[in-house]
Amino acid sequence: MPTEITLRLQINGEQVRRIIPANRSLLDFIREDLRLTGSKHGCDVGDCGACTVLVDGAPQLACITLAAECEGAAIRTIEGVTDGGGLHPIQEALHRHVGAQCGYCTPGIVMAMTSLLEADPHPSDSAINEALGSNICRCTGYTKILAAVREVARPGSPS
Amino acid sequence: MTDDRDFHVRAVAEGGVLGGGGRGKVDGLAKITGRSVFVDDLVLPRMVYAKVLRSPHAHAKILSIDASEALAMPGVLKVMTGEDCTARYGAIPVAQDETALALGKVRYIGEPVVCVAAVDEETARDACRRVRVVYEPLDAILSIDDALSADKPFIHEWARKPSNILRKVDQEYGDVDAAFAASDLVLEGTYDYPGSTHVPLETHAALAVPHADGRLTLWSSTQNPHYMHRTIARVLGMRPGDVRVIKPDIGAGYGGKCDTFCTDVCSAWLARALDRPVKFVFEREEVFYAHRGRHRTKMWLKMGMTKEGRVTGIDFKAWAEGGAYASYGVVTSFYLGVFMTMPYKVENYRFQSHRVYTNHPPCGPKRGHGAIQPRFALELHLDRMCEALGLDPVQVRLDNLIEAGHETVNGLLVPSIALSECIERVVQASDYRAKKGSLPPGRGIGLACSAYMCGALHAVYDNDLPHSGVQLKCDRSGRVTIFSGTADCGQGSNHMLAVFVAERLGIDPTDCTVVEADTDLTPVDLGSYSSRVTFMAGNAALQAADRLRSQIASALAAKFKVPVESLVFAGREVRGAWRPIPWLEAVDIAEGHHGTLGSVGSYKPPKIGSRLKRTSVGPSPAYSFTAQVAEVTVDQVSGVVTVDKMWAAHDLGRVLHREIAEGQIEGCVYMGVGEALLEEQAYRKDGVHMTPSILEYRIPTVYDTPEIQVLLVESHDPGGPFGAKEAGEGPQLSTVPAIGNALHDAIGRWLTNPPYTPEKVWKAIKGR
Ligand code: FES
Ligand code: FES
Repeated sequence: MPTEITLRLQINGEQVRRIIPANRSLLDFIREDLRLTGSKHGCDVGDCGACTVLVDGAPQLACITLAAECEGAAIRTIEGVTDGGGLHPIQEALHRHVGAQCGYCTPGIVMAMTSLLEADPHPSDSAINEALGSNICRCTGYTKILAAVREVARPGSPS
Repeated sequence: MTDDRDFHVRAVAEGGVLGGGGRGKVDGLAKITGRSVFVDDLVLPRMVYAKVLRSPHAHAKILSIDASEALAMPGVLKVMTGEDCTARYGAIPVAQDETALALGKVRYIGEPVVCVAAVDEETARDACRRVRVVYEPLDAILSIDDALSADKPFIHEWARKPSNILRKVDQEYGDVDAAFAASDLVLEGTYDYPGSTHVPLETHAALAVPHADGRLTLWSSTQNPHYMHRTIARVLGMRPGDVRVIKPDIGAGYGGKCDTFCTDVCSAWLARALDRPVKFVFEREEVFYAHRGRHRTKMWLKMGMTKEGRVTGIDFKAWAEGGAYASYGVVTSFYLGVFMTMPYKVENYRFQSHRVYTNHPPCGPKRGHGAIQPRFALELHLDRMCEALGLDPVQVRLDNLIEAGHETVNGLLVPSIALSECIERVVQASDYRAKKGSLPPGRGIGLACSAYMCGALHAVYDNDLPHSGVQLKCDRSGRVTIFSGTADCGQGSNHMLAVFVAERLGIDPTDCTVVEADTDLTPVDLGSYSSRVTFMAGNAALQAADRLRSQIASALAAKFKVPVESLVFAGREVRGAWRPIPWLEAVDIAEGHHGTLGSVGSYKPPKIGSRLKRTSVGPSPAYSFTAQVAEVTVDQVSGVVTVDKMWAAHDLGRVLHREIAEGQIEGCVYMGVGEALLEEQAYRKDGVHMTPSILEYRIPTVYDTPEIQVLLVESHDPGGPFGAKEAGEGPQLSTVPAIGNALHDAIGRWLTNPPYTPEKVWKAIKGR
């Protein structure tokens, strides 16, 4: 049995404390221990972005992050993307544009875009590409996702 | 032909639900909030986990399996081998060649051999490593040539006459030789289309649950719950009524989740053996071994043309490398040739295909199943002939087009086609005529067209039953529940069903609940393959909705003493009586009048096409058509190809939901760009997969994906629901040849073997 550790962190604004194996990935911790299943396994080796969550505001691949590394951090997942519930503007736009087909990549993409838009409410196209570059979507060809992000980034101008 | 933009404006103005118009889809909110439930999100009390040990050999006898060490490990509950479940199964009844785990021998590197159930995944994985399997390696068949060779061992011995050729097809229509003799140009060429794989972002997953009464529920990430249901019942020796298959949300399939996988059979078998729920989720690498993707196909094409550009005849041969099991390969062998007689009129056609077994992961249906490879060859060949004869590729395509009502020489009846409009619109939008041959060196533009089916006339097993069933429940709450066996894989079929029903009843799609893909609850639908769902389940939904509407209308007519025909259902009310009757009240009155409300609808394809006997695979109630233009830039120094922009005009019959339709077409073009530039399911000489990860296999990221402009064209198919046809598969067919033709325009070379990697392109530029 691997060594166990006591982990304390904040998840979607809530303080949690759990005893976990020291080698537990952040993704398994979120999905299995906290039962927040919105973050997805796509590859488990950092290639697809389906597991993207925010660690202290920055997007991170939860599958290749050790939960233990996040001691004291504030984690945000798709379940806590808006504070008091409701939809984030990027979620609303994705919905209207049908930016989610199967929806498996969507939580990761919402988190990556949330982080981008919080850091810079009006990102350029190249900044959007860069922020989306490590998220694979196999369904949409990114077209509707980009349309949604551009609409939020540049309200009023045609996407 | 209506312009789609007018149509959209009209649909919205009329307050109808057709058209989309920024209103999302019925299951969209769950998806964007991460609340969709996929198999791996399900957790049940007493649940255990399964993992498999896979073969390290391409072809070998299994001499012994010793699992004693694994079984002795704490937390290990059961070890399953091929001997535990020996029933053979397969997608197509004439080629049932698979077992859940290898039985007696292994046929590819990565084939599942032993399955372990344990209290957690890590223990199951560790236990697999401690199972000792002794193999005796056999001579492996690793290429099409190997498979055709007489001195190689057989991969399968089950057939009456064992052979490494799963299926050979020979067809001839008209007089090809006479047609060639009467041609001004007869051109021969060879093409080599690579294998590729789907890479759905969700890996294959199953969760099997035994019940106290002996029944079994299987949650599976399948595109075809009905076929899965039949297979599981048969393989486990259970009555079909004792098995329930549920497809929850799935992380797409693109054809990759049509088959039954070891996740399904092993979890089901182990769940019964242990009397506990068993979950089995593939790791990413395993998806590359489970595969069922595009067949690598070598092709030889000979075509005749008059000097005016009329196609006189086609002679076509294809050899498809199918991997170790049949999957849908028998069907592939037909799809490789059947659509070559459209969209251009071809009266003389000869076709031969071989679909062979090799010791690689099995191939199967990937988006555009079997039709992608020949379409690539045909569209490049057409441009080559135009070049040789000095003809305009646009005009030649337009001049050869079939028309609505045409029956192809191999018996395919085409009820609707608006391809000329598609061609005109992409040519105009891309400025093709001005750019072709005139772009600066290293830049080029190319055109290609294609045709595809809207569901097959025949189910994969022979029967005379409906292909789609829909059941509606409606009560005084005003909510309409739609029960359907369809499998939404992200393409939006749930929303389509709600659109059909809502439009007929004058309510909103969000007033409907769609209950889909649960064999205990939902009427049979054959599943999400061959682009059948909108057309077939759509027609079933319309029939059910019309019947429910008649019930409500007759009750209102009796109460308000008005003729049934005068009642109009729109805007959540029924109009035509002395006052508008709100929907809730209308349902209330109908429930009081008739008792409990409900209706069913079904769809069975018509028997059409007079030469049907000749081709049983390929006939469809309707066909969709696409024209695409690609613009590319080639870096002359490195050989790197960039697709600058794609224009795709697709005849989808009728726009039911703009964003969903566009999204399907964009997804097709995207996948085509991947096949054109990056993707290849390739193996080393010893049969080892070269790229079994998302990073190495190289699927396009946002950086690799060009701007895609979609143009929707409506032809109002007479048999389609509201005139609609498919949009999720056909548009991929013309992407790769459009890029191939653009590449020729850019560098003056015909590249007949995608993917167009820098190395290949660089060599072509250097003339090597
Ligand atoms: S699951 Fe983390 S990057 Fe793919
Ligand atoms: S919507 Fe299916 S992978 Fe992105």
